[in-house]
Amino acid sequence: MIEIEVTTDPRGIGVVVPRGRLNMVSAGRLREALGELATAGTHRIVVDLAETTFLDSSGLGALIAGLKSARQAGGDLRVARPTREVMTVFELTNLDKVLRPRADPETAFDD
Amino acid sequence: MTKRLLLIRFVVLVTALLGINYVAWRWLFSVHWSAWWIAVPLVVAETYSLVDSLLFGMTVWRAKGRGEPPAPLPDRTVDVFITTYNEPVEMVMRTARAAKAIRYPHQTWVLDDGDRAEMRAACEAEGIGWVTRAAHWEGRPRHAKAGNLNNALLATEGEFLLILDADQVPSPEILDRTLGYFEDERMALVQTPQWFENVPPSDPLGSQAPLFYGPIQQGKDGWNAAFFCGSNAVIRREALMQLGITGYVGEVEVGVHRALRTARRVVTRARRQLGPDQADVRAGLDTILQDLGRARRELAQGEALFDVTYRFQRRVDEVHRRLVAADLTAVREDLSAIAELEGIGAGPDARLATVDDEALDRIASREWSPLGAIETVQALVDAVDVGRADEAQPVMPLATISVTEDMATCMRLHGLGWRTAYVDEVLAHGLAPEDVETMLTQRLRWAQGTMQVFFRENPLLQRGLTWPQRLMYFSTMWSYLSGFAAVVYIAAPVVYLTLGVLPVDAWSGEFFLRLIPFLVVNQLLFWLVADGRPTWRGQQYSLALFPTWIKAVTSAFANVYLGRPLGFAVTPKTRREQEGGRPWRLVRPQLVAMVVLVLAVIAGVVRLEAFDEGSPLGVYANLFWVCFDLVVLWVVVRAVRYRGPETDTGGAAALAVATTSTRGGPPA
Repeated sequence: MIEIEVTTDPRGIGVVVPRGRLNMVSAGRLREALGELATAGTHRIVVDLAETTFLDSSGLGALIAGLKSARQAGGDLRVARPTREVMTVFELTNLDKVLRPRADPETAFDD
Repeated sequence: MTKRLLLIRFVVLVTALLGINYVAWRWLFSVHWSAWWIAVPLVVAETYSLVDSLLFGMTVWRAKGRGEPPAPLPDRTVDVFITTYNEPVEMVMRTARAAKAIRYPHQTWVLDDGDRAEMRAACEAEGIGWVTRAAHWEGRPRHAKAGNLNNALLATEGEFLLILDADQVPSPEILDRTLGYFEDERMALVQTPQWFENVPPSDPLGSQAPLFYGPIQQGKDGWNAAFFCGSNAVIRREALMQLGITGYVGEVEVGVHRALRTARRVVTRARRQLGPDQADVRAGLDTILQDLGRARRELAQGEALFDVTYRFQRRVDEVHRRLVAADLTAVREDLSAIAELEGIGAGPDARLATVDDEALDRIASREWSPLGAIETVQALVDAVDVGRADEAQPVMPLATISVTEDMATCMRLHGLGWRTAYVDEVLAHGLAPEDVETMLTQRLRWAQGTMQVFFRENPLLQRGLTWPQRLMYFSTMWSYLSGFAAVVYIAAPVVYLTLGVLPVDAWSGEFFLRLIPFLVVNQLLFWLVADGRPTWRGQQYSLALFPTWIKAVTSAFANVYLGRPLGFAVTPKTRREQEGGRPWRLVRPQLVAMVVLVLAVIAGVVRLEAFDEGSPLGVYANLFWVCFDLVVLWVVVRAVRYRGPETDTGGAAALAVATTSTRGGPPA
């Protein structure tokens, strides 16, 4: 149903790619993946949503939980490349007003 | 439209016309202004009752009977949540077993806020899920039942949730009879009645709410405003989670703006106290002031908030590092004050978004050293930034602004455009309080919670709600103001009978001609709407518990506006009267009122017969009025004398001795 790929790039930035449906069933998996990154000391994280076909509010909840732990450790969590459908879910909850999706995971931490 | 509804609408209209006619006449032509001190309170109380009656009329105007439910959606995942804090394990298990036996496929969970080993063992032995608070709740606000549910939401993944209080034993068909309504994708919640099996038909404690779980909820449903009542309801998880995210974004926005404002005051103050020799410190503070201005400008221009706060924090950290080297002297004394700041969110409902201005004022007006000021700025922004470090979970789907999380949550769901439904079919059997003390504690708590919502999120001002929805919420809150009116209704006849002071111009024929038809059709409307359901007990309690309602309003006001704790006791879990005599002290105000009324009757009759003071019509009308008051108030005498149900209702009574049906959460 969902596959979550986690890599760390040469700059030490964690890249998380959820493939498939990020919903109430799989949100727990994303929370765990983000938690493991934090435990391993990676506090700058990009979640690349390009291959996330569906996202619900539970998925957003997992992103926020990841954001919270990253910020508390002095880092940040950014999201990149949401599809049009996924972006609608951001807009529905006003989350787009506080968390700006980046166009490219490579440059997500450039500003 | 059915004939019955048509008839109800006709009577609603007649009641409204007669009521408005009477009260308008009272205000315009019959207030006895020279006795304003009793005349004005009386006409205000009468106006209150008229508004109550009009709101009731509006409620039943579109009563919605939903009939036979649609077939349940196939193959959905459902979690059944049983909330408990300290109820007896055996009672919780009785509910849990019934929950496990619900026919529609589901997973049953006991949400044990008491974290009890024996509860866990009992659940595990029968293959029932057991959830308790995760470690990160340690030392953070627990938010009672709302917190318990919010915790469980993250530990489970069902698409729908059935929420049950620890004593609410569900019928096997409860999901089959409710899930079908969710075919409507905007349907967030389906509420079923709360019905108590340990209550005799005479219902001395007024536990059943046949008018509320019936015509009133059906009426609210007609306006898409059916209430969530905390238990016996099925909820769509997505609706709750969406509410959580939206609420989170809103609170972060409000919190950050307030933090930036306060930060500016802190830094400006610190800067003013600098000596001429502290040029580098001054430069550092200036940088921060610039950054504060920049952050506020960026937010005003619509830049994403988390980007703004992230950059701001970085720049403040940098200035901080630079200054640490320069200024180490005045730091120590500030450290404890900064630690105090971190306690801002420690109150049960306090977050920086909602914390009172006074606390922020105290922070802003303290004399910080420059470094202390900078650290304060960091702590302020930290407290409200994405972290929400003061809360166990950044996202709190169930509202935590009130001790009655259900009403607040439901109102927010309606505000987001979700729909709710009320299904008038008893699908769970619960246990009501069996002694007057527990009952009073429970009523106080509901009333306090409702008034908290009223003061914090006045439904009349919620832009997401339709006007009928606003009025449906307002109507319930309005009904809790009845305590003040009751005092006037008791005082007015006493004043007339003892002092001869008339609150109305005259006890004229016109007065009775206008009043009595209104009272009669009003009762007729009640009778029609109730359709055979008993309503008298509810009418009695709505007046007779006036001390409880008044206390609820004043304590909720003090809590919301003055930051005082609500101060309700833990709901007693055992019947108190077993410890000795009957608890007359609990109803002392009502007893005093009854004695005063009786003495006033004697005084009135003596004045009329022996001294020929007062008009016979006035005295007899007031005698009738007093009798009505006494009959209403008498219910508290019955309540105090009540010793629980006499017959054993299938083992429930034995359990009920050790429990109550109050919400399964610890006090906030």
